[in-house]
Amino acid sequence: MSATTGDMAETHGSGHTSYLNARKGISSWLFTVDHKRIGVMYLVAILSFFFVGGMFALAVRLELATAEPDLFSASVYNRLFTLHGAIMVFLVLVPSIPASLGNFVLPLMLGAKDVAFPKLNLASFHIYVLGALFLIYTLVSGGVETGWTFYTPYSSTTDSSVVTALLGAFILGFSSILTGLNFIITIHKMRGPGLTWRKLPLFVWASYATSMIQVLATPVIAITLFLLIFERTVGIGIFDPALGGDPVLFQHFFWFYSHPVVYVMILPAFGVISETVTINSRKHIFGYSAIAASSIAIAGIGFLVWGHHMFVSGQSELAGTIFSLITFGVAVPTAIKVFSWVATMYRGSIRLNAVMLYTLSFLFIFTIGGLTGLFLATLAIDVHMHDTYFVVAHFHYVMMGGTLMGFIAGIHHWWPKMTGKMFPEIPARIGAVIVFIGFNLTFFPQFVAGARGMPRRYHQYAPQFQDWQFLSTVGAFVLAAGLFLTLGYLVWSLLRGEKAPKNPWGGKSLEWEAESPPIEHNFAHQVVCKHGPYDFDEIDYSRA
Amino acid sequence: MLLPLLAGFPAQAGDAIPFTPKWWLPEAASTFAHEVDNTFAVVYWLDVIFFAMIIAAMVLFTVKYRRRKEGQRTSPVKGNHALEFAWSFIPGVFLLVFFVMGFRTYMDMQVAPVDSMNIRVTGQKWNWSYEYPELGITMSGDDGLVVPAMTPVRLTITSVDVLHSFFVPDFRTKKDAVPNRYSTIWFEAMAPGEHPVYCAEYCGDGHSRMASKVTVLEPAKFKEWVASKKQASASMTSEEHGKQLFNSQGCAGCHSIDGTRIVGPSLKGKYGTTEQLADGSSVTIDDNYIHESLMSPGAKVVAGFAPQMPPYQGRLKDDEISALIDYIKTLN
Repeated sequence: MSATTGDMAETHGSGHTSYLNARKGISSWLFTVDHKRIGVMYLVAILSFFFVGGMFALAVRLELATAEPDLFSASVYNRLFTLHGAIMVFLVLVPSIPASLGNFVLPLMLGAKDVAFPKLNLASFHIYVLGALFLIYTLVSGGVETGWTFYTPYSSTTDSSVVTALLGAFILGFSSILTGLNFIITIHKMRGPGLTWRKLPLFVWASYATSMIQVLATPVIAITLFLLIFERTVGIGIFDPALGGDPVLFQHFFWFYSHPVVYVMILPAFGVISETVTINSRKHIFGYSAIAASSIAIAGIGFLVWGHHMFVSGQSELAGTIFSLITFGVAVPTAIKVFSWVATMYRGSIRLNAVMLYTLSFLFIFTIGGLTGLFLATLAIDVHMHDTYFVVAHFHYVMMGGTLMGFIAGIHHWWPKMTGKMFPEIPARIGAVIVFIGFNLTFFPQFVAGARGMPRRYHQYAPQFQDWQFLSTVGAFVLAAGLFLTLGYLVWSLLRGEKAPKNPWGGKSLEWEAESPPIEHNFAHQVVCKHGPYDFDEIDYSRA
Repeated sequence: MLLPLLAGFPAQAGDAIPFTPKWWLPEAASTFAHEVDNTFAVVYWLDVIFFAMIIAAMVLFTVKYRRRKEGQRTSPVKGNHALEFAWSFIPGVFLLVFFVMGFRTYMDMQVAPVDSMNIRVTGQKWNWSYEYPELGITMSGDDGLVVPAMTPVRLTITSVDVLHSFFVPDFRTKKDAVPNRYSTIWFEAMAPGEHPVYCAEYCGDGHSRMASKVTVLEPAKFKEWVASKKQASASMTSEEHGKQLFNSQGCAGCHSIDGTRIVGPSLKGKYGTTEQLADGSSVTIDDNYIHESLMSPGAKVVAGFAPQMPPYQGRLKDDEISALIDYIKTLN
């Protein structure tokens, strides 16, 4: 495990042997147990799948530019939106922040050498790749057209590659469980000296809450998908009424996982925003305990709200009422977070760099996403809105707007640490503005189309919705342009970017005490935590 | 702005409260639609106010506390328990108001008046059919549902294949059609008119074409319509009966009668011809083949088509099968 020190100058000229150049060759990456390299591989894989899922989204948007079917047949269109959803959920959003940024940053934040079980960490990446291959294989084996939700009995009876897709999602679940387990144990056992629970960066708290959900909820979806595979291959009736099964049971099982999993997607983004809003405001986070506790509360309550996806499914009125009430209960801790982030900016010293622009975008977009969720939690309104574009827009405001803005903010925030290079600030700010405009132009009109009655998953639609859908298509291409610009300057910075200093943003959490990029074992000496993660130098304690 | 909104709570059916954001919603055509819209209005305006406050604070802080020089000193504030309690408690109260309004309206939408007229709604790939058990009338998706105005109507919804969802935006109501299960909704249309019906639960290739409509008639006109329907079905020939079944049973959703390909083969000019099958053999389209294809559609699939048709075993009576065959013969 000893790093050779002689070759540093020729490879990076960075003055130290980093994790990037400590070992060479493709197998030193594919079989590495270094959490940083695993994080980088996840990042590359996730961004690649984001590209694929995004191309499907653009194809869907092109078709929907006009009310008539013009580009694709219904059966092709159904495959496009199914693969868009399945890839974005299972291959991008679920692993996005935890597996890439989490893997890279979490041990550094704890002052640790690695995660608790480095080999298990590598195994979870290999399992992810295996699961992804199954999902991607469905592209060539005839596609799958059930929607990413795999609702029965459609999925029990259609003759597309449902089993392959289900196996893919089933396998991906194990990757998610192993990552979660690894993080929980790492946070418990690997914290450096002085790093008490109350000094943990909020990103760590968010990762902890996320990991709990991954470990507890994912087995349920694994079992459910397995039962569906069983039903299709062996013909045992579980969900298909033709075989004596109950299709609504599938929805209960499915959402018992898939609702908590939206918190797997969004909580890590909350964690990122807690970091970026403080560091760019030079302020201590407002209400540290409330934010940390609300992550745990959201994770807990999030397990008890799945029935709000089923208000019109034929579930009993009593069940619907209880689920509605508990759903409003999740809104409180979520509101606390938003208020606390905004309050953190109060009397700060705000640096409006690209990271902060993405942070503000997140606050704007996520607030809309959260507030529109209140319409859907309200029973009577949901009956009208359910399965319309209003839900599609709400989901994208929270998941694409929330999670991905957080993800992009996080990538920029830790880019200097991961790559040792600074990205160019001006194109990054322009990119952030284009992404923000494109995003809102894409998804805001969908709220209106949905509220006015346009159902989702429509290949052709009534002409009165065309203006809204057309605006949405224009927005999708603006958004894509912003994202390609972002990709462009990030790749450029790898080749030509300025060398990053150890701590470009003046951060106080422990990852900023490692070199940029860190050495293979993260720290040359054991780091001791002497201050909180948000005790910035600029804070004027004489003003208290 | 807030007070008049809350004063109207709980708003009675029929009257729209002021400031209802009408352009967000389609026409309100059922008795409880205004109640739903009033709930929508309360959530909408409180959302707008909260959103405006959050974004105003964010923009204000961004401008006012922007960094003017490096190393600028900042406030040491780490929290404020009174403020944190307030911003948990106050939204909590509003959330409870939303819940109660949503719940009350929802119960009004769920519980049908006892004297409601009953109609059975059946979803199948890819049309809706309607049966009036009390009146002895069956309607197909193309003709749509016909109901009298100012009369409560209870729909008992089911499906014969996959999930569908019966959605009437103008009435603000929706319910999934689940095979082997009956679910109910009700509505009372306020005035004569036409309202679109959509399928809101994804059900395959024809999902976005699984549309229908509700035609609301004056109660007197509805009576006339019922009488004319009954008379028409009493004097129908077998071929006309077959044509009606062809539409009401969903055949027309997949099989055209003008030669165009929809999902299944067109039936124009098919009777008596020989078709190539998927397994390489061939078959003559005669009475027996049509009968077999209705009972077990997967037995002999025409080459080039996917086996997607649901079986009609147990769903068609013998005279109905004969009527369908008679109708198909007329397409030559």
